[in-house]
Amino acid sequence: MTAATRPDATTLPRLLGGMGTEVDLRPLERHLAHHGDLPIVVDPGRPDQALLDEVRASGLGGRGGAMFPASRKVDAVLSQRGRPVVVINGAEGEPPSRKDHVLMRGAPHLIIDGAVVCAALVGAREATIALEQSARREHRALEEALRERAAWGHDDGIDIHLETVPDGFVVGEERSLIDALNGGPGKPTHAPPRPFEKGLGGAPTHVQNAETAAQLALIARHGAGWFRSLGTDQEPGSALVTLSGAVARPGVYEIPIGASLHDLLVAAGGLAAPVQAYLIGGYIGTWISAREAEGLVLSNAALRPLGASLGARAIVALPETACGVAETARVAGYMADQSAGQCGPCVLGLDAIAGGMERIAHGDGSQLADIQRWLGLVAGRGECRHPDGAAKLVASALTVFEDEIARHVHARKCTGDGTSVLPIPRDSRTGRRA
Amino acid sequence: MSEQLGIDWIRCDAHGLCAELFPERISLDEWGYPIIDGAEIASELRAHAGRAVAQCPVLALRLVGRAG
Ligand SMILES: Cc1cc2nc3c(=O)[nH]c(=O)nc-3n(C[C@H](O)[C@H](O)[C@H](O)COP(=O)(O)O)c2cc1C
Ligand code: SF4
Ligand code: SF4
Repeated sequence: MTAATRPDATTLPRLLGGMGTEVDLRPLERHLAHHGDLPIVVDPGRPDQALLDEVRASGLGGRGGAMFPASRKVDAVLSQRGRPVVVINGAEGEPPSRKDHVLMRGAPHLIIDGAVVCAALVGAREATIALEQSARREHRALEEALRERAAWGHDDGIDIHLETVPDGFVVGEERSLIDALNGGPGKPTHAPPRPFEKGLGGAPTHVQNAETAAQLALIARHGAGWFRSLGTDQEPGSALVTLSGAVARPGVYEIPIGASLHDLLVAAGGLAAPVQAYLIGGYIGTWISAREAEGLVLSNAALRPLGASLGARAIVALPETACGVAETARVAGYMADQSAGQCGPCVLGLDAIAGGMERIAHGDGSQLADIQRWLGLVAGRGECRHPDGAAKLVASALTVFEDEIARHVHARKCTGDGTSVLPIPRDSRTGRRA
Repeated sequence: MSEQLGIDWIRCDAHGLCAELFPERISLDEWGYPIIDGAEIASELRAHAGRAVAQCPVLALRLVGRAG
């Protein structure tokens, strides 16, 4: 029995063990010394009601992007007949987000603990941790951690599987992920049924993001009160942020929800260059001008009036030397490419929007009004919210980079130095049309 | 319980028949995909709605219940 001292509730880090992006709690011994034992026993077929009460009291919202209360997901699964299963979503298909990857490769035991907690919550006897094909280091770390647990005779009381799914932006959408795990092409399936009704192998499936699972592993240890002592009343707890762009030390940071952007930037060693705008919430996020970002508070409540949200908390600082129009055009092209190709308005609309943005980046503004119309035509008109996110990003660019767009179109001038800041996976087509 | 039109976007092939059969609530976008007016369907329109749903060649159009 290893009893780590209960960490001070009000200090960070909770998840990253004080090592930030370089967190290395891979050996089980180190994990237990740091976090202590997981004080729960899974009883397959018997959901742990006391644990669920604790999770409900914690107010934990899903860290995969939507902040949906974890306890209500459990309720939904428990309302179904049939033996439930757990899927931990480690796909993290969003290029500027790396937080789940960092957790899985640096703190694999915490993710596995989280899968165990999820299983206890719904009374499952099986959990699957799903990650991208390209996440080889993460796969190795998790595999090694599972082997180590077995070698130590550490009985989790459930079967834990590690599965890979194809890389891609949409694969991480839960129905898409389950489709891939079920042997399908990895595209969102029509809902209903939703995963809690009919998911992996047709079973009621409790899907939780990898970071959410890690948070659950800590709530099971330290309780709801401990969890809530950071963050805001509405959005309690800490959360991982992937910060990149023009900052001195890009990487994954843990913040109390409701922290200021300023404090996050200070933690990252400050700006590396003057910044014109921030992308908040990754590729389904929102551009916010540097002026508007002054005093910005990182919570959904604070971002809502700006039409923004934290999403999976990828934040990119766009330096003044870059071109927001060209960056947005590239991402719009990537998002169009990543459409699962099933729903007309998503396929045709995102392609049209990306083409129009590409034109603007090259000084041709003839489709500006069309883009505005197309943005309205894709939102809410697909099986998943992929097009909604992409449209939101482009819409915010049209406002935040209005002056740059005018300069491109009227003066045929791009003030960018040609460097690209926002990452696009290499195997994706980046250019649109010849 | 009132009813609303819903589309299975994966199935819909932009046949456009629904807009012909139920122009009161369905128009088409520039690609031929239906744009649904989400307003509640009053009883005198129910028959039109039902016909559009039944005639969609790929069964992509549905009448779905809405609480309240
Ligand atoms: C286009 C799209 C992509 C998504 N990608 C991911 C992803 O990579 N990882 C993830 O955890 N959730 C992703 N989600 C959200 C999942 O559908 C799901 O809500 C989440 O995994 C649930 O976990 P949580 O409640 O713990 O956040 C995506 C959603 C959409 C619409
Ligand atoms: S909306 Fe787009 S990404 Fe989502 S299922 Fe339809 S085609 Fe695929
Ligand atoms: S009739 Fe059916 S397939 Fe054709 S546009 Fe309407 S919903 Fe889509």
